[in-house]
Amino acid sequence: MAPEEIRTVIIDILGDIAPDEDLSSLDDAVPFRDQLELDSMDFLDIVMELRKRYRVQVPEEDYPALNSMASTVEYLTPKMADVVAT
Amino acid sequence: MYDTIIIGAGMSGLAAGIRLAHYDQRVCILERHYTIGGLNSFYRLNGRDYDVGLHAVTNFTEKGAKKGPLARILRQLRFKWEDFSLAPQKGSRVVFPQAELKFNNDLDLLRSEIASAFPSQIDNFEDLLKKVVDYDDLDQEMFEISSRTILAETFSEPLLIEMLLCPLMWYGNAAEDDMAWGQFCIMFRSIFIEGFARPYKGVRLILKNLVKRFRGLGGELKLRTGVKQILVEDGHAVAIELDNGEQITGKRILSSAGNIETLRMCSDTSEPDPRRAGQLTFIESISVLDRQPDTFGNHDTIVFYNDSEKFHWQRPESDLCDIRTGVICSPNNYEYSDDDGRLADGIVRITSIADFDRWNNLSKEQYALEKLRWYDRSVESAVRFTPDFRDYVIDTDLFTPTTIRRFTWHDNGAVYGVPDKQLDGTTHVDNLFLCGTDQGYVGIIGAMMSGISMANLHCLRD
Repeated sequence: MAPEEIRTVIIDILGDIAPDEDLSSLDDAVPFRDQLELDSMDFLDIVMELRKRYRVQVPEEDYPALNSMASTVEYLTPKMADVVAT
Repeated sequence: MYDTIIIGAGMSGLAAGIRLAHYDQRVCILERHYTIGGLNSFYRLNGRDYDVGLHAVTNFTEKGAKKGPLARILRQLRFKWEDFSLAPQKGSRVVFPQAELKFNNDLDLLRSEIASAFPSQIDNFEDLLKKVVDYDDLDQEMFEISSRTILAETFSEPLLIEMLLCPLMWYGNAAEDDMAWGQFCIMFRSIFIEGFARPYKGVRLILKNLVKRFRGLGGELKLRTGVKQILVEDGHAVAIELDNGEQITGKRILSSAGNIETLRMCSDTSEPDPRRAGQLTFIESISVLDRQPDTFGNHDTIVFYNDSEKFHWQRPESDLCDIRTGVICSPNNYEYSDDDGRLADGIVRITSIADFDRWNNLSKEQYALEKLRWYDRSVESAVRFTPDFRDYVIDTDLFTPTTIRRFTWHDNGAVYGVPDKQLDGTTHVDNLFLCGTDQGYVGIIGAMMSGISMANLHCLRD
């Protein structure tokens, strides 16, 4: 998957976790926490959904990498390089 | 081999099951009773639907709210706000002979009521609010501090302390007399800051949606399937033996059966100390009326009453029930949508404190007689605080501590479980965890939150 496809995947996951959030104005450089009402349970869900949908494992020590959209995409790009977009 | 076996198909077990099945686990929920719901169940009698447990769903927030337990549960279970279709309360009261406090889902009403009934205490009330908002969930040490100690430091008017404790204890305190500070804060937020609501169709709507989702995700639900024992070897649960002798295996077990009740099932434990069991259980009378409550002046959603200036929250000492305090619920008095309209019948439900052992020891004939006697006595006590409805009654039912035990399987029919909560959900068995009332959260929203958080913490991390 290319970085832009990974971004679409994350937007899709966020849309499922927090259906009431407006994601169209998401700023990729700003931490999710500062622009969305997400708590630790919701963050766990980003990790869980990646595992469920794409078999991507994110170990607990790497959770800080999921801070913002930009850092998430950067972190996932090598991990999801072989994942084929559906 | 299941990934997770869940004991109990109440709100917590079903919510946990949905979380785990959503993440592709093989999950099985075992339920001893013939129906789902546990404490919050329902039944049909003489062609009418009755709820057990549900007076009100607490923790109400409006559609679109992103904070608070209700919003969290909806997100975690991937439900839409409409799936629970909650209608907010019209308004409730705490009534003592000396004073009355009205409250609704807007904290400002309670604030102004306290300012007018207890003008010297309004600043102290603001102090209390700060303490409640600052309280951090899941801090076991802070959780167990005495609420009465903190309240006595905060207020100089004992009557107000009793009046604030009355509804909070009624809707979620497993301990007698005093209340853990953590429980107080959770209940205060859920009742006074967030508030009451109810689905037009009652608790069955929520339960139906939970089960439908669970089954849709491939989860298995086995009713009339009691657990005989949990086979434990070297501190690890290796299998579950069902009442019919069959054995099933799971990587881990999540039990909503209660702390003591679960430990008793373990093959490696001796009989746990029964003194640790919860003591508080209720009778509840249901009166079906030939008219809507508002036609004879009853506009209250819930009334919490107490007939002296001291609130007594303990097991009855010398009789089957203690009717000095009680709760009156009129499910008609919610703001149902125009599409739903009014409930078909007028209904008034009255809850009083009861003693499990005395009810449990009655013969069949005595039991039937005492049900009639305590229906009359509890209603007579309640009509001191609500417009008298006795001339309009067309049908009645009364459920007792033994009914509650049948639905929940909790020792003593203890509605809010054991006084000592196990907030982290762990047991002496490394793959056996607790959820539900004995983990710490009560009420419908609290129970679902318990199932979700214990599933996240213990069952989704491998």
